[in-house]
Amino acid sequence: MREFGYQRVGDVAEAVAVLGDDPEARFLGGGTNLVDLMKTGVERPARLVDVRELPLGQVESTADGGLRIGATVTNSDLAAHPEVRRRYPALTQAVLAGASGQLRNMATVGGNLLQRTRCGYFTDVTVACNKRLPGSGCPAIEGEHHNHAILGASEHCVATHPSDMAVALTAFDAVVCYETADGPGELPLADFYLPVGDTPHLETALPSGALITGVTLPPAPVAARSRYRKVRERASYAFAIGSIAGALDVRAGVVHDVRLAFGAVASRPWRAREAERSLTGGPVSADAFAAAADAELAAAKVLPHNGYKVPLMRNLVVAVLTELAEEAAR
Amino acid sequence: MTTTTGIPAATGALGTARTRVEGRDKVTGAARYAGDIPLPELAHGWLVLSTVARGRVRSVESDAVLAMPGVLAVLHHQNAPRINLDYVGMVGRPDPVIGVFQQDRVPFRGWPVALVVAERPEQAREAAEQLVVHYDQEPHDVTFYAGHPGAYTPEDSPFGRAEETKGDVEAELAASAFVVDAEYTTPEEHHNPMEPHAATAHWDDGRLEVLDSNQGSTWVATELAQIFSLDPGSVRVRSEHVGGGFGSKGVRPTQVAAAMAATVLQRPVRVVMTRRQMFSAIGYRSPTAQRVRLGADASGKLRALDHRSECLTSTVHEFIERSASVGRVLYDAPAHHTSDRVVRLDVPTPTFMRGPGEAPGSFALECALDELAEKSGIDPIELRVRNEPDRGPISGLPFSSRNLVACMEEGSRRFGWADRDPRPGLRREGRWLLGTGMAAASFHSGVGPSTAAVTAEANGTFTVRINAADIGTGARTAIALVAADALGVDPERVRVVMADSDLGPAMFAGGSMGTRSWAWAVSMAVGELRERLALGGDIPPEGITARSDTSEAIGALAQKERHSFGAQFAEVAVDVTSGEVRVRRMLGIFAAGRIVNPLTARNQLVGGMIWGISMALHEEAIRDRASGGHVGPDLAGYHFAANADVPLVEADWVDDPDPDDPVGIKGVGEVGIVGAAAAIANAVWHATGVRHRHLPIRPDRVLSAGTNVPEHRPGA
Repeated sequence: MREFGYQRVGDVAEAVAVLGDDPEARFLGGGTNLVDLMKTGVERPARLVDVRELPLGQVESTADGGLRIGATVTNSDLAAHPEVRRRYPALTQAVLAGASGQLRNMATVGGNLLQRTRCGYFTDVTVACNKRLPGSGCPAIEGEHHNHAILGASEHCVATHPSDMAVALTAFDAVVCYETADGPGELPLADFYLPVGDTPHLETALPSGALITGVTLPPAPVAARSRYRKVRERASYAFAIGSIAGALDVRAGVVHDVRLAFGAVASRPWRAREAERSLTGGPVSADAFAAAADAELAAAKVLPHNGYKVPLMRNLVVAVLTELAEEAAR
Repeated sequence: MTTTTGIPAATGALGTARTRVEGRDKVTGAARYAGDIPLPELAHGWLVLSTVARGRVRSVESDAVLAMPGVLAVLHHQNAPRINLDYVGMVGRPDPVIGVFQQDRVPFRGWPVALVVAERPEQAREAAEQLVVHYDQEPHDVTFYAGHPGAYTPEDSPFGRAEETKGDVEAELAASAFVVDAEYTTPEEHHNPMEPHAATAHWDDGRLEVLDSNQGSTWVATELAQIFSLDPGSVRVRSEHVGGGFGSKGVRPTQVAAAMAATVLQRPVRVVMTRRQMFSAIGYRSPTAQRVRLGADASGKLRALDHRSECLTSTVHEFIERSASVGRVLYDAPAHHTSDRVVRLDVPTPTFMRGPGEAPGSFALECALDELAEKSGIDPIELRVRNEPDRGPISGLPFSSRNLVACMEEGSRRFGWADRDPRPGLRREGRWLLGTGMAAASFHSGVGPSTAAVTAEANGTFTVRINAADIGTGARTAIALVAADALGVDPERVRVVMADSDLGPAMFAGGSMGTRSWAWAVSMAVGELRERLALGGDIPPEGITARSDTSEAIGALAQKERHSFGAQFAEVAVDVTSGEVRVRRMLGIFAAGRIVNPLTARNQLVGGMIWGISMALHEEAIRDRASGGHVGPDLAGYHFAANADVPLVEADWVDDPDPDDPVGIKGVGEVGIVGAAAAIANAVWHATGVRHRHLPIRPDRVLSAGTNVPEHRPGA
C-alpha cells in the first residue's frame, strides 16, 4: 500500500480546488470501497481529499415535490429518511439490501455511485483486466463469470455495477449534481455511466476533477408504490446476482405508469425501458409482465455460466410486478 | 492461608455451564494475540507469494526495494539460510510450503518466494508489493474433476487406509431390491479463522522464542527445532490466545519466515498474513468427487455399500481428504468397499479442515441414504436404525459406546419428525417450498499423549500447567473444570497455565482430541497429587506438585471403535423462481462423550452446524484455470453464512460417557459439522423433489433445476 497524503476539506469549492487536476488524487467519502481498493493495490492514490465533512449531509424536499439528497448523506441516513421511505420506498429497500449496518453507517451517496465493480479479476492486480489495465484482456469471459453481465457488456469487459442504491435511483430518473472548477453541472443518472464498448476503464461521464454534490429525485407519484427485490447467494452481506427496482401505477385496470430497473446484470444499473414500453397502457397480468420481461431480455447475451440470470430476471419482473399489482388492488 | 491435606468430596464441577475464564479479557480487548504483543526493536516481515502456478524463480529484483524507506532485508531462495525439512513431526512429514526460500521451484500460485522485512508493517507491505520477481513459467494444471487421469490410490498412512474391501459389491448390488448409484461433489473450501496467522520470533539469551497463533505449541516448537537444527530445549513457543484454527494453524510459513528473519537480522521479526495470503498458504479442504452405490434388500437392509472418493493434493506433498472412511463406521453390509484416491495438481497442499474426511464424506453418504429411503419407501431414520452395526463394519471391533439410535430418536421427538409426510414438494408458504431432512454423523474420538503438572499452592489454590491450546473453544475453562472436579474444589480456586512449550509436551487442539487428551493428563496428575496430599502435613511455600504423562496409559488402551455420533435435522425454505434457499431451523442431537462444559460444548456443536449451513449453501473457492489462482479470495468473495442465514440452531446431547476414558470424554470439535450439509440437502429435496448433489446448493443451480414433483402436486 502506497503512502499517501490526506487532507480534510470544509467546503465544496475548497474540495475541488484542493483536488485540482491531479490524476493521483482521489476524493474520500466513507472509504468503504476506495480503502479496500488501496489495500489490494487497485487504487494507488498519492493524495486523498476527505469530503466527509462537507455540508452535503441533508435530504431535502424540492419545490416541485422531489427530493435532493446531499452527496455525503450516509446510506443509513438515506434509508431511514421519512420522505424517502414515504415517496420512494424502493430506494430505502435497495439501500438496506446493501452491505452491512456498519458499512451503511460509513458509505455515502456520492461514493456509492462511484464504487467499482467487485469482479474478482478487477480486484486482483496480478491478473489481466481491461478495466484496470486497458488492453490487458478480460479473463472473466473464459474464466469465472457466473455473476457477470448479460446486458450491455462487450468482448472487452463483462463486469457488473455493484450498487443497489443506484438501481432504485435509476428507476426514478435521478439526476447527479456535481461541481467543477468551472462551476456546477448535472447529469441524468441514465447518462452518468458510460457504455462499456472498448473503453471499460472509462466508467462515468463525470468531468475530470468533478465532485458529486448530490442527487436530485424528480417527483414520481408512481414511486410511492415501489419495491426492491435482491437475490444474492446468502441472506445478507453479499452483492446481488440479480436485483430489481419496480414501481407500478394501475388505473382502471390498465398500467398507467411503470418503472423497472435491474441490478447485477450490466456495467451500470439497467433501466428496463423496453419492458416499461411493453407494459404501459396495457393489461395487468402475469402474461403481460412476462412478455415485458422477455422484451427487455431479448437483448441478453449470456456466457456459459451466467445464463440463469435471464430466467432469474424474468421471474423477478413477474414476481415484483405481481406483488405491486396485488398491493394496488387491495 | 495454609491448606492442609485432605480434599473434600467432588463438587461436580464437570458438566456445569461456565463462561470462559478469559472471556472478559477477550471482549474488552485486553487479551493480546500473537500479532498484538509489543516488543522493542520489532521489525515486520511481509510474505511475497508467487504469481505463477508452475515454474522457477529466475530472479528477485531486491535492490530497488532495499532502497525503499525502512526496508531492512529481502530474503529469497538465493540468500536465505539453509534449513532442514527432513523429519517426521506430530502430523507426519512437513509440507514443503513451510520450507521457505530454499529452492527456485514454484509448485503453485501463492508459493512464498520472498520475505521483505522493514521497520514498519506498512513499509514492508509496500516494498513486498513493489518487489519484482521474474519467473520462468511452465504450463500448469489446476483443474480437478472426477476421473482425472492422474488420480492414484495413495499408500496407507497412520491417518487411514486408502481402500477397504469385503464381499462382492457387484454381486450384492445385482441381487438388491433397491439400488442407489449417485455422484456427489464438494468444492474447494477454506478455513478462515478470524485471527490471521501471525508469528513473532526473537532470540532471547540463546533461545528462539516465538509468540504465535497456533493449535499446539508442542507441535510447532518441536518442528521449529528440527527446521533450524536446534536443541529442542532452545525453542520456546507460546500461543496464549488464538482466534480460531480449524485445522489450519500448525506450522506455517509465518513461524518459519519470522524465525529465519529474526536470525538473519538478530532482532525481533513479526510476520502476519493477509486474508488473501491465507487462501494460498495455510491449507484448505480439497474438493471431492464422490460416487456412492448402495444396494438394499426389500426391508432396507444394506447388501452393498460402495463409496469411492477422489480428492486433490499438491505436487510437493500428499494430503488425503479421507471422505470414504465415514462409511467404515456408520453402516455395515455384506459387501463393503470404500476408497480414497488423489490427483496431484499445481495447487497448494490441502490440510485438515474441520471434520476432515467425515464432513465431505458424510454429505455424499448421508444423501445417498436419503435417496435409498426415498426409493425403498422407508423412513430415513428407520432405514438407518435397520442398518445399525453392532461392531465396526470393517474392523470387527466393538464400539466403546454407540448411541446413534438414541440421538436419532431424541432428535425425531424434538424435531417433530413423526408428523413428516415423506413425499416431496407438498408444502408451500408464499413463494417458499418447505422441506425437512436429516442425516447421521460420526467422528472418531482420539487421544494423544500429554504431560501435565498440578500444584497445590500454599494459599489454598491450585495451579494446572499443561501445554494445551485454547483456539477459542474454551479449553482453558474446560481444563479448570476437569481439575476442579478431580480435586473436589470450586473452579475459582484453579488457575490454568497453558499454551507454552516450556510446560512440556502435550497434544494439540485438533482432531477433536484436545480436551480429551489434556483432561486425561490433568486428572492423572490430580490423582497423584491427591495421594500425596492424603499423606497429610502442611503445604510448603513452593507448593506440592504432581506430574503426569499419559503415554503409557494411552498405549495400553484397548483397541475399540471410538467415535462421537450425532443426528442432524434441518428445515429449509426454497424459492425455485429465484433459487434462494433458507434454512429455517436446525437441530443436532449428539452422543459425544461426557460433556465438560455445556456452554462451550454447545458453542462448538452449534458452530459446526452453522458451518454445515455454509458448506451446504455458500462455501466455494473458485480457482481460475488460466492463472491457477483464486478469483475473489477474500471474505467478500468467499461466502459463508452471515447471521441472517443462521436460524434457530439447537444442539443437545444424550448421555454417552466413554467407559475407557478417565473423564469419559470423546470430543465435540468436529462432529457438529458432520452430516449437517446432508441434512440440508435432503431437506432441499423434500421441499422441491430435486436432488442437489453438488455443493454449494447455489441459487443458479436451484433455479436451473426447478422442481420435480410429478405424482403429487401441492394440493392434489
